[in-house]
This record gives sequence, C-alpha cells and structure tokens, in this order.
Amino acid sequence: MAAATPSAYTERISCPLEESDIEERLEELLGAVLTSRRTASVPARMLSTLKRPAQDFALHWASVIAKSNSEMAFQFVSHVSQAFDRLDTDGVTQWIIEAMDIYDRDGLYLGSAALREVETFAARLVQKRYSVTFDDIVSIMNKFVIGLSGRNLSIDEDEAAWTDTETIYLPHFVRQFESGHQNFQVYKATVGYLLAQTRYGTFRVDRTSGVPILCAEIAKFREPARALRIFGAVEELRLLARLQSELPGLARQMREFKKALSRAGTLDSDSAALEKIQRSDAEVEDSLALVRKLYEDGVDVPEPTCYQGIIDLEKVRLVTKQRVEAEREKFRADLALLAEGITGEDESNDAGMDREQFEVSMSPSADDDNPGAGDLTFTIDGKPVVPPDDVVQTANSIIQDFGEIPEDYLVAAGSRLYDADPSADDDQSERSEPRSETGISYDEWDYRRCHYRKNWCVLKELDMHPGNEQHVAAILEKYSPLVREIRKSFEALRGEDRMLRRRKNGDDIDIDAVVESYVDVVKGEELTDRLFIKSHKMERNLAVVFMVDVSGSTKGWINEAERESLVLLSEALETLGDRYAIYGFSGMTRKRCEVYRIKTFEESYDSLVKARIAGMQPQDYTRMGVVIRHLSEKLKQIDAKTRVLITISDGKPDDYDGYRGEYGIEDTRQALLEAKYAGIHPFCVTIDTHAHEYLPRMYGHVNYTVVSDIRKLPLKVSDIYRKLTT
Amino acid sequence: MHRIESEEYRITREPYYAPQGNEIELFESAYKNNIPVLLKGPTGCGKSRFMEHMAWRLQRSLVTVACHDDLTAADLVGRYLIVGGETQWVDGPLTRAVRIGGICYLDEIVEARKDTTVVIHPLADDRRVLPIEKTGELLQASEGFNLTISYNPGYQSVLKDLKQSTRQRFLALEFDYPVAELEQAVVMHESGIDAAHAAALVRFAGMTRNLKGSGLEEGASTRLLVHAAKLIVFGIAPLDACNASISQTLTDDPEILTAIREMASSLF
Repeated sequence: MAAATPSAYTERISCPLEESDIEERLEELLGAVLTSRRTASVPARMLSTLKRPAQDFALHWASVIAKSNSEMAFQFVSHVSQAFDRLDTDGVTQWIIEAMDIYDRDGLYLGSAALREVETFAARLVQKRYSVTFDDIVSIMNKFVIGLSGRNLSIDEDEAAWTDTETIYLPHFVRQFESGHQNFQVYKATVGYLLAQTRYGTFRVDRTSGVPILCAEIAKFREPARALRIFGAVEELRLLARLQSELPGLARQMREFKKALSRAGTLDSDSAALEKIQRSDAEVEDSLALVRKLYEDGVDVPEPTCYQGIIDLEKVRLVTKQRVEAEREKFRADLALLAEGITGEDESNDAGMDREQFEVSMSPSADDDNPGAGDLTFTIDGKPVVPPDDVVQTANSIIQDFGEIPEDYLVAAGSRLYDADPSADDDQSERSEPRSETGISYDEWDYRRCHYRKNWCVLKELDMHPGNEQHVAAILEKYSPLVREIRKSFEALRGEDRMLRRRKNGDDIDIDAVVESYVDVVKGEELTDRLFIKSHKMERNLAVVFMVDVSGSTKGWINEAERESLVLLSEALETLGDRYAIYGFSGMTRKRCEVYRIKTFEESYDSLVKARIAGMQPQDYTRMGVVIRHLSEKLKQIDAKTRVLITISDGKPDDYDGYRGEYGIEDTRQALLEAKYAGIHPFCVTIDTHAHEYLPRMYGHVNYTVVSDIRKLPLKVSDIYRKLTT
Repeated sequence: MHRIESEEYRITREPYYAPQGNEIELFESAYKNNIPVLLKGPTGCGKSRFMEHMAWRLQRSLVTVACHDDLTAADLVGRYLIVGGETQWVDGPLTRAVRIGGICYLDEIVEARKDTTVVIHPLADDRRVLPIEKTGELLQASEGFNLTISYNPGYQSVLKDLKQSTRQRFLALEFDYPVAELEQAVVMHESGIDAAHAAALVRFAGMTRNLKGSGLEEGASTRLLVHAAKLIVFGIAPLDACNASISQTLTDDPEILTAIREMASSLF
C-alpha cells in the first residue's frame, strides 16, 4: 500500500466494487441463510450499482447486522440499494437503527418487515423532517396577521384550518411538501386565504335576519354538504382574484400550490360565468349564484386546495350572531353618548333623543378592494362629529359584516349596555355595609357623570405572602446567560460618561476654556485655572414603581412569567442603581381593593423580597384606577427628577361590581392622567394581544408595549425598561 | 478662513414637497407673524423636506442644526477661536440665522441637553432677542428670522420629553406619514418608480406600521420607501430591495423579520 501513488490509492478506494467481489463478501457474511434458490447474486447485483462509499457503508452494516441475525442482514442487503434511492446516508442509518430496534423488541418477523418497508419509512422520515408545526409559526403568523389586516384576529390551533370570522384556526402541522419552506408557505397561504374570507365578505351578513347569507343559502340545498364543497371551489376562485390585486405575491404562491398539488377535477363551467365571479366587484352572492347553477348541472367538485381550509357554517353563524347583536347595542349606545356630548348633558334631552338624526357615510375609499378602509364621516343632525377611535372601530367591523351601516343602527338608543350602571345594585349594599376603617379611601371617576365618586374605593396595603426563596435562585439559574447579558448592558448604561467642562483638573484640555483664558489675558483679566475637561458618570435620578397584575387571570404561565420578569428586572435595577419598588395588585369589588407589597422603596433586594417574588399568587380581579392613584401617591413622596410607573398586565381593567368595559377604561385613563399631571410617566407592558383596542386610549399611543409571546416576557421587560429610561 | 455667506444657505431650486394638509399656509402665517414653529412627527415623514421647501418658498436662508446629546449652548450661539494669536468670535449657527434673518431649524430638539434648549427661549417669544453672554451682546433678531424645532413624539423614553416652558412658545404642526395616494406620489416622484411598485411599497409600509407596538418601535418611514424604490429602479429585485432597505433597518428580531419578509413576499 505504501508503494501506491496517491492517485492510484484514491482510485482504488473510489472505484465501485465488482459484482463478483460483492457476492463473495456476501456469501461469507450470510452463508447461514443462503440456499441454492436463495443466493447472494441478486443482492450483489443491486449493490454493484451503488457508488463505492455506499457499497462500503452497506457491507459494513451487513457485517454488523449479521452478528445479530443473518436473516436480518439478508433483508438489509436486499433493500439497501432501494433505501439509497430514497434516502441520504443519515436517513439510511436511521432506517437501519429503527429496524434493528424493532428486531430487538419484537423479533425477526417484524424486524425484517421493517427493513422491507423502506418506502414507507422514507415517506415518514421526509414528512417528519420537513413538517412545520403550529408552534413553529404561531408567533410569526400573529405578526403577519396584524401587519396584513391591522386588526387583531386571534390565531389558534385546531384539527383543520378554518375561521369563525374572529379567530383563525390552523392545523397542528403541515407536511404536504418535502420542504420546510414550502410547508411554512402553506401556513402563510392559509392565513392569507382565511383573512381574505373575512375581508372580502364570504360571511357577509344578511341585513334582515342578522345571519350570514352563506349559511342561509347553503341550508336551502337538498345536499348542503355538496353545495358547500362547490361553494368552496367557487369562492376560492373569487377570493384568489381579489387577492391578485392586493397581494399579488400571495396570490402567485397560491397558484403555484394549485399547480404543484395536482388536484382531481377542475371547476367545469362556461368561461363567462367563471369570469364574472373573478371580477373585482364580485360578491359572495355572485359565488352563490354560480353554485346554484353548478349544483343543478351536477358538476364534479375539485379537491379543495391545500390552503383553503374548511367552512364551519354553524360556528360562523353563532359567532356572527353574537357579534352582530353586541355591536348593534354598542354602536347605538355609542351614538347616544356622542349625541349627548353634542347637545350637552341635559337630562330633559333624553326624552327627545330620537329626534336626533345620525348619519354615517363613507368617503370613497382609495382602496376599492378593501371595504371599510375608506374614511368614515359621522354626522348628527347634519353636524359633523369626530367619534372616538373605538366607535370607528365598531363601525368598521359592522361595515365588514354588512357592507355598510344598516339604517336601524343609526338610531341612538339607551341600550342595555348603556343603562348598565356599574353601581346600580351596589348602591344598595353600600348603605347596609359599614365602610372599612383600616383602608385608604380613593375617589373613582365615573365617565358618564363626568365626576368623581367620592371615597368610592377602599384600598388596603398588605404584604405579599413570602414563598420559597429557592425559586428565585432557580430562575437565575435558568436565565443565567441572559442575566449576565442584562448586567452587562445595564452596567454600560450606568457608566454613561458626561463631559464636564471647565474643571480644575481632568483628562483633557478644554480648548474653549483655554481660548477664553487667552482673551482674558489679552484683556488683562485674571487667568482662570479651570481649563480641563473631566468625564463624569451621570447620576440617574430616577424612581420607578412596578405595578404587577396578580389578578386571577394571570394564573399559570403568566404568573410564572411575571415572577421571572421581576427577578431579571431586579437584577438589572440593582446593577443600575435606580430606586424602585414593586407592588402586586388585585381585589374584589370597590371595598376590597388590595395592593401587595413586594418591595418598597426603602427595602433592599434581600431574601425577604426574593421570597415575596417567589410567593406571588394569582388573586381576584383587576381594578386598576385606585391602584394607580395609590402608587402615584407613593411616587410623589419620592424626590426624583424622573418618576415612572410601569404596569405589567394581562388585560383590561375588570372587577366584579361592573368595573369593566368603558367604565373601567375611563377610570383607569383618568387615574393615569392624574399621575401625568403629577409629573409621573406611566407606561404599560401587556401580554394582551387585543391591547391595541384600549391601551392607546388609556396610556397614549406610545406609552405601552405588547409582548405577544408570554414566554418572552422575562426577556422583554428588562429590555423595555432600558429603552424607556435612556 | 472661509466664512459662509448668507447666500450659501439659500435654496435656489424648488425642493419637491407634497402638502399633507394646510401646513404650508399655517407655516406661512406663523412666519409672517413671527411665531416660532414646532414640527411633530415620526422619523422620515418629511419634516426636514418641508423646511427646505418653506425656506425656498419664503426665499429665506435655512440654517439646520441636527441636535445631539452633547450639543452645548456654545455650539448654537458661537465661541471664540484663536486665529493667529488673536481671539476671534465666531457665530454659531443660531446666531448666524438671527443676524441674517434666516430660518433656523433645530432638528430633533429633544436630543439636545436640557440647558441648551433654554437658550432659545428669549428668541421664541415676542422679545426675539439672543443674549450672547461671552460678547456681552444682546442680539435683536433681524426681520425674517424664524425659529423652527422638530421632535418625534413617538419615542418611548421618559427622559426625552419637551418641557412645557419650551413647548408653549411654539405653534405646533403635526406631521404623519402621508395618506396612501399621496405617499405613492411622493415615492414615485423621488425615485422615478412606476405606479404599481410604488403602490405595493406603500401598502408594505402600511403593514409594518400596523406592527408598531407589537414588536416594532416604528413602522417604515416614507424615506425608507424611497430608498427601496430607488433600489428597485436601479434593477434590484423588489423583495431584496425591501429586505435590505426596509425590513432589516426596522428590527433585528428574527421572528419579526420573518413576519415582515412574508408580508413583502405577499405583495411582490
């Protein structure tokens, strides 16, 4: 071998083995199971077609397997070339290992069957390798939906892909293609298609019945299931055409999918009818008309595309019905409020409420493909008014359901919602129950009266029950790389250098001062000795209170994430040296509002504080206003240049006695405004993905952040704090 | 030493500006009535371009100062320099504008140190004077001088806020990204791109702006759209152009980047 030249050597090891050589080797290895009718020549012929590395691989494994069982080795060499056709070396190895495992566990019969079923294995492996799961895509798709629609449609997991017009359900996994990227694209196309359904009126609601037209029409067919299948195919054409103009990239992707996955049957109809539903003004009624015709003709229904999902008429009907009713009430109540705002809050006016004539008109939208995107103009008795954001949002949602705002919506009504006074039945109990002595009373804002309810809430400050301190250590352990990073980045903050000019000593000459001294000398004045620049670390004069939601809704994951966030945050703040306090809050009804001390400004971050963080447990409800007022008072007593109040929350203000909806939001907003007037900067970190609907009103458009993935909360909170205070 | 003459601050060619509302009339009225102006708005929505356009329209010199956190009062007002053994006073940009009766535009004023902003107070009320401590001069603003400052209220930092005593001297003009058709027209004009691509870019920007607060600090600005459009006109594939000039500039978070990239690929 030493004599062989490198090239000869390479040739020798790269040149495939001859069939006869292989046969000889195999006979040696498999002698025990070979007979005159079952020779090594067939497997040897197959092996001879392989490349040399594959041959070496096969012979090596054949000898390994033969040591366990010769029959298994025979099956192996008989199928290994087939395996190499379908799999790469890693895959083949997995195939062998799996089959040997089966042999060890279940014996020869099943083991050799596993080797024979190389095709099935290959298909399974490919699927496993390239399948994309819901967990992989959910947070990306969340952002994708917000970006595309500007609304927060929730995304959830289900057996199949479908939407009930408020949530988009996606399957657990997609493994249609032998490529992870393609499968991801299927998810994306599915989301895009389901969005298109809600956007382009697949579930348009009938004005008189309040039921989606689709549900009513499909029910009329003798075979509703067949009609729905036809509808699926027809509607797919209509929506694809609509998508083509707005999201051409997505539409192209969908067409590629249609082409790649050859579907049985195509929609058979005359081209004029197909063209009609693909026009940009085609509505769901046009699709349904075509469905009726195709149904009569008895056409073959093509297989559904990989992205169109299913339509669950019953669920759509239920969800739509609920929403339509809720929105009609809300909208009419909102209009009544609007009217009140215009005509002045005059009680006597209520009787004549119906005199007011509302009109909501849509200015021509720039974007014809997107109904509801145009600007809405509200007029009352011919006078234009500017409605609050949430009214516009409701109006847009109604337009998405009906295509316009139906006339009966434009009658302001003292609706149930509007009448629901959060204190109506509470006022009764107030008289019978003596007010608690030990608590601190705070006013609460009633937005309807535009006045405070005096001493309405009673708040008690309690200690958070300490838990096991070890838990904090465990959290620090879990996040140890992150903790290091946080310390480093906050240290950098602390060390922010400032140049102090005109110092008696320092690191550099202050040219400005020298020039000036020159002037002084020329003028004959005294020469100053303050000629240096000194770098100085800026003192951060900042005090912050963290107000952590420990209401019942935080149970489980959220509570854990909050605790982790607080631990990381405390690490950061200790590094930074900012003064900080942490309070939890919860409560039930206005008479039992509770604030739990976790760390006060005076306390240091010691084992008791750590134990309290570990002991944070979910309690009851979320009455925010009173807590903000209480903690603002605390902050006001601290002498700091900048005071910050950061709320970590999981949803809207909500309490048992009617403190919800508008009332809760308005009181919280009022409490935050009071804090702002007192020079406190409020900020909110929330994990509620619907926060965009109410947080801008409460905190202002820039004073909040939504962390959509709860698992990221601990990482994000420190990050947000850093950005907020630099 | 070369001294910049006031004519060099003049803008001779009309800078393109598509008005979003009545800001041109408002600014002109403020200017004629000696009221200083505060421009509010997100980055890259056309504040600086607006100033250039107004300076051209009013035929005034425009002195722009980009503020930063080490900007001192001396940087604005002026300082002594040593020239050939003699000290010589050199006007800062603000003083220069006051003398020549130009428009002084302090961009991103909140970035400057708090004590710096106080220098502008006497200039920003009816006194219209600039006291220059070092020379003992009390400079009366020339006819035609106007002070304009800008800031971005979208920053989430509690330390970067404009004091009431400063804000309440100004007339405030609010800027936002232009409405879709207008933004499309701006992108087309600035880059020479065709209408279809411009419309898609504007839509893309809208999608990223939807993400503000859900992972992005800011959505794509009109300026970024113009960058992307220029690349596309230059022959770069639209997806690559969007990725390089928009997506990657907005965030480093891989998840949001993926989401943004998918939005782009849905459009092109």
